[in-house]
Amino acid sequence: MPGFYGTEIASPLMLGTAQSPSPAILAEAFRRSGAGIATVSVRREAGGERAGADFWALIRDLGVRVLPNTAGCHSVREAVTTAQMARELFDTDWIKLEVIGHADTLQPDPFGLVEAARILTTEGFQVFPYTTEDVVLAERLLEAGCEVLMPWGAPIGTGLGLTNVYGLRTLRAQFPDVPMVVDAGLGLPSQAAQAMEMGFDAVLLNTAVAKAGDPAAMAEGFARAVEAGRLARAADPMEPRDMAAPSTPVVGKAFLE
Amino acid sequence: MKITVNGAATEVAATTLAAILDELGYGGAKVATAVNEAFVPAAARADLALCPGDRLEIVAPRQGG
Repeated sequence: MPGFYGTEIASPLMLGTAQSPSPAILAEAFRRSGAGIATVSVRREAGGERAGADFWALIRDLGVRVLPNTAGCHSVREAVTTAQMARELFDTDWIKLEVIGHADTLQPDPFGLVEAARILTTEGFQVFPYTTEDVVLAERLLEAGCEVLMPWGAPIGTGLGLTNVYGLRTLRAQFPDVPMVVDAGLGLPSQAAQAMEMGFDAVLLNTAVAKAGDPAAMAEGFARAVEAGRLARAADPMEPRDMAAPSTPVVGKAFLE
Repeated sequence: MKITVNGAATEVAATTLAAILDELGYGGAKVATAVNEAFVPAAARADLALCPGDRLEIVAPRQGG
């Protein structure tokens, strides 16, 4: 698979760290998922609280690469400042750029996203923009310096899967060489397999694992699904057809009336 | 002077950002800072004097999706 900004990824599964029932379950979910990348965030800390240090220790023990996000940011300024703080805290140029434009759907603000991506790229960030399946927006993000795209499957936290398969297929086909991660909206392993079968390079999920009754088992389910999808893609699937075609040879069938 | 720290009105005696962080109990903590919505790198904290009314944000690593 293509690398993300030159970094080869062992597993096409990327996992969020939020909403887990406990740190122990989070660690077990990561172990069984085989995920090599964890998304993280920055949030306010009170004096003497030291929760950040505790969380950071947990993440370091996972032995994964971190992808900080700008979750919850609604303006370019807010997203850029958050990215700058995240870079210092996590010591990485990677940033999952979220500029949210709509409260109910958490849909990206395409205009703010492109502007923030341009600023951050200029400052040396390696931007992973949380975007939609819009091909024009994708083109603008690539022009802004993004080398990876993260189109949504469905709105964050919905678990609806790939709600616009046609749009995602078009996006994939338009930019065949750009590494793409389906981010957000996945609820089931079959949906992750579908994304991989369509040629996406990775999937990123959080709620689907964290809110499952058994998060670690669900993490393993997703791990197997992305592997199945990746194998299927590489194996060059058959073309679907409308009319039936017998798979058992017709010639040689006994004549029995 | 009175400043706003993470959204709450706060009285501080110190003036530089580094000293204010110490005064508020962040000494040695893994935090990043912004003043009036602009990022302030850790290396710049000792030389940055805050003014009354400044808005200081102090963040740390957290879970994220």
